[in-house]
Amino acid sequence: MLRIECPCCGPRDHDEFRYGGDASLVRPAHDDPVPEAWYRYVYVRKNPVGPHREFWQHVTGCRQWLVVERDTRTHLIASVSFARKSPA
Amino acid sequence: MNSRNKRLPSGGRIDRARPVDFTFDGKKLCGFHGDTLASALLANDVALVGRSFKYHRPRGIFSAGPEEPNALVTLGTGGRREPNLPATTLELADGMAAESQNRWPSLGFDIQSVNGLFAPFLSAGFYYKTFMGPTRRAWMFYEHFIRRAAGLGRAGVDADPDQYEVRHAFCDVAVIGGGPAGLSAARAAATAGARVALIEQDFLFGGQLLSKRTDGGAAAWLATIEAELRGFENVTMMARTTAFGVYDGGVLGLVGQQGNVDPDRAGSPRQVFTMLRACSIVFAAGAIERPLVFPDNDRPGVMLASAARAYLNRFAVLPGKRVVVAITNDSAWRAAFDLAVAGAEVTVADLRPVPASYLLAEAARLGVSVRTGARIARIRGAHRVNAVTLAGPKTQADIACDLVCVSGGWSPTVHLTSHLGVRPIYRGDIDGFIPGALPASQFVAGSIAGQYATAEAVEAGHRAGVEAASFCGKSKPARAPAKLDLRDTVSTPFRDPGSAGRGKAFVDFQMDVTVADIALAHREGYESVEHLKRYTTLGMGTDQGKTSNFSALAAMAALCDATIPETGVTAFRPPYTPVAIGALAGRAVGHHFKPFRRTPMHDWHQANGAEMLEVGLWMRPWFYRNSGRDVNEAYVAEMRMVREAAGLMDISTLGKIDVQGPDAAIFLDRVYANGFAKLPVGRARYGVMLRDDGIVFDDGTTTRLSENSFFMTTSTAKAADVLSRLEFLLDTAWPELRVAVTSVSDEWAAMSIAGPKSRDLLSAALPGIDVSNEALPHMSLLESAWQGKSLRILRLSYSGERAYEVYVGASAGERLWTHLLAAGEPLGLKPYGVEALGALRVEKGHVAGPEIDGRTTLDDLGLGRMAGKRTGFVGDVLRRRPAFQAADRHRLVGLECVEEGQRLRGGAILFKLGEAIQGHGHGRITSVTYSPTLGKYIGLGLFAGDLAIEGTEVLAAYPMKKEQVRARIVSPVFLDPEGKRLRG
Repeated sequence: MLRIECPCCGPRDHDEFRYGGDASLVRPAHDDPVPEAWYRYVYVRKNPVGPHREFWQHVTGCRQWLVVERDTRTHLIASVSFARKSPA
Repeated sequence: MNSRNKRLPSGGRIDRARPVDFTFDGKKLCGFHGDTLASALLANDVALVGRSFKYHRPRGIFSAGPEEPNALVTLGTGGRREPNLPATTLELADGMAAESQNRWPSLGFDIQSVNGLFAPFLSAGFYYKTFMGPTRRAWMFYEHFIRRAAGLGRAGVDADPDQYEVRHAFCDVAVIGGGPAGLSAARAAATAGARVALIEQDFLFGGQLLSKRTDGGAAAWLATIEAELRGFENVTMMARTTAFGVYDGGVLGLVGQQGNVDPDRAGSPRQVFTMLRACSIVFAAGAIERPLVFPDNDRPGVMLASAARAYLNRFAVLPGKRVVVAITNDSAWRAAFDLAVAGAEVTVADLRPVPASYLLAEAARLGVSVRTGARIARIRGAHRVNAVTLAGPKTQADIACDLVCVSGGWSPTVHLTSHLGVRPIYRGDIDGFIPGALPASQFVAGSIAGQYATAEAVEAGHRAGVEAASFCGKSKPARAPAKLDLRDTVSTPFRDPGSAGRGKAFVDFQMDVTVADIALAHREGYESVEHLKRYTTLGMGTDQGKTSNFSALAAMAALCDATIPETGVTAFRPPYTPVAIGALAGRAVGHHFKPFRRTPMHDWHQANGAEMLEVGLWMRPWFYRNSGRDVNEAYVAEMRMVREAAGLMDISTLGKIDVQGPDAAIFLDRVYANGFAKLPVGRARYGVMLRDDGIVFDDGTTTRLSENSFFMTTSTAKAADVLSRLEFLLDTAWPELRVAVTSVSDEWAAMSIAGPKSRDLLSAALPGIDVSNEALPHMSLLESAWQGKSLRILRLSYSGERAYEVYVGASAGERLWTHLLAAGEPLGLKPYGVEALGALRVEKGHVAGPEIDGRTTLDDLGLGRMAGKRTGFVGDVLRRRPAFQAADRHRLVGLECVEEGQRLRGGAILFKLGEAIQGHGHGRITSVTYSPTLGKYIGLGLFAGDLAIEGTEVLAAYPMKKEQVRARIVSPVFLDPEGKRLRG
């Protein structure tokens, strides 16, 4: 069981969260017409050994999408932050 | 007391005032409170306890702890039957009924022990080599018999009547092991101010101190520190609790035995599974003594030296009167001395040529005879040891005995420390593996770290406790515990090179793996420890090779002429000891296996004859028993009712999402494949969402409540996924959009009134609300109130009839439902279930879950025109990739059965007529219904686009029922393609 320190709710078990994949990918603009860009975003993944930035959503808590930096070798979590940077 | 009783008149940690009656294989026996089943059996002079896994060899009690490979028993009957329990860990309880295992017809005379005679053929890999053959056919035939012959206890087949519990717990410092190091660590951490959980698998704290004499310094030290710990408010003492797994995030899996001793455990759970979240962990799990490998070393009466000492000092059982102690190290001498003091005639056979002089002096003082450089060459006695042959460097001697104690040194109990992938490391000075480099939050102390001297373990425990507390930010100064020096010096390790001879020399007792099997594995090239394990099944028993691991590595290392570190060690994985599935499940059994979601009208459905159906977590009315005798009759009747009059359907399970904000319209324009920006206020629109990869994600309707406010519905199944996806896009992709999304699924009860009479009915039921076609045309919204609750009426149709979705505050759901039914009764209004709903939509060619299956695109579903030439929405670019435009992609088609008296089935594979029925065909039927309107079976399917010409006949094959039926490809819209019924 990973324990994720939600910046809103505190440390919680990972089964309160939904995994959202690689957070280091940059999503193309919504109107980006280039298939290659979307192909890379949707299908091309690294499988890094070591630190990995990934999205998790605290679905049974504050429902915020978070960026979790997790080491894929040890599962140690170095940082957790809100995915949303700019205020809406 | 009978003459065969081996109980001593005094001493031990048993309560002679509290006798405990129990049975073993039906025989009535008596022990005492404080016994384990094993100690009580030994006290009653029961030497033969079980038969071995493969050769059915007689086996006795070998250890005094969870490492026990031999003495496995079955407890209980019926649903409480639990096999493969080590007698050494079972706290004796009144009425306990234990059975031996793997014997037939009886323990004393076992027919399959003849396997032992065929043993030369039953080597590692024998069954597979012999019966697998080139075709596997032989194996398929023989497997049943082979599996019956081998094995341990049988599990029960009845439902377990007992309760189990799952608990979630938290602490600062978890200390695993209640021996001297663990007690000291717990005390230090508690003094420092940490919340401490002290976990001990035994029912008493003390670990190896319990095996010391009860009148010595060890017992006094133990009593003092235990009392001190019980005085702390911040210490939870968890006896009878095994830490079976270490998981990420400082999570420990614990399983606690609650009930064995409590004669009346009614209402209390039998076992408790605790998920303990600890800030830091101190591993003080101790060490396990190693056996020696020599011919027939598995005879009943051969026992670990430490176990003999435990039975003597803790349980006041003298396990043998004439004892041979065969050892390679100093620690086991103390067992010899204690046995001698208790009155046994003891011979020590130390394999080392020159044992320490103080040991020899003590032996002389106690009258213990000593043979140095000697090993056991032969064991005599069939069902229990009666003599051994000791072979020295020069001499050989037969010695009569009734107990053989063995000790090949110690192996630290590193299992838990490697659950997270940290490989143990070899330490030459103790000839054993200690925990590898652990994370900063984990600490070790005592024998697990090779600190075998008790004084050292106590000090190390204290340090580890202080550090573990400090890791959690608790660092009040802690006074050192009282010193405990048992003068148990540690000897230089001396590894037994093993001996050859007639008879099987076992390495893994439980799996019946011998040194010969390891040699065979080596000859056949299985030198890697992981291969060795799988080839010989070494360490794969319920004891997970706790006593065999090191001997096996040492044997393989010797064969390969390699060092132990070069040979390596297999990975240890949870669980450390077996855990009952019941404990893991806790109360999540039967109806509590998962939560149920009930709509606001749930109770009404149940009270009014609804047959309920589980749809995900939801309970939905499947059909109503008033409508017909079974589902097939009922759904057709309910369909007719909707087509001819009106029906009422509970649709509260739909996902409902409130979308608000100045950019809400822009947002919806991006998430739906079809446009929403121009949707007028008060109007609704059917929308389809795609995934980023261009596959259809979900569909539903969205209604514009006001300029910046929308009400979205999703399918029941995808409600959670859609909301999460919308939040993802807003949080990560388009934070600049000023939009908020909120689930309002539970806030609204929802019901659909469908049928030609639906409007008349609605206007009768809701006087004062204008539901005329002018006020409420198709795809429009009316907002109002009913009995003080918000009311939304959306004119939408899923069934193809004139229909309205009525939403009301959830608490008024059942009231409005019954009100509508009462008002509609004169017009024939009745409820209908999801079976009829699904059938009605098939007639209209509406796609649903079976078609939106995560593989289909808009074009596949015939919905490509919805997107038109729009761009900039999710999935827009990748949906246009060439592969999705292939002519033979499976596209939505309608199918009607053309054979009289036959039916279509969902899941049938579609072939061209005359084609061989093999492979995947050209498509499949996704949804099927009988259409009362058309008088035949119809269906929707996905069929190769280049073959899907309307009017063509195809063959629908359903191999499960050996059915082949001809069907005609038609338009998927079977009924009212112009939509006349739903407008006007």
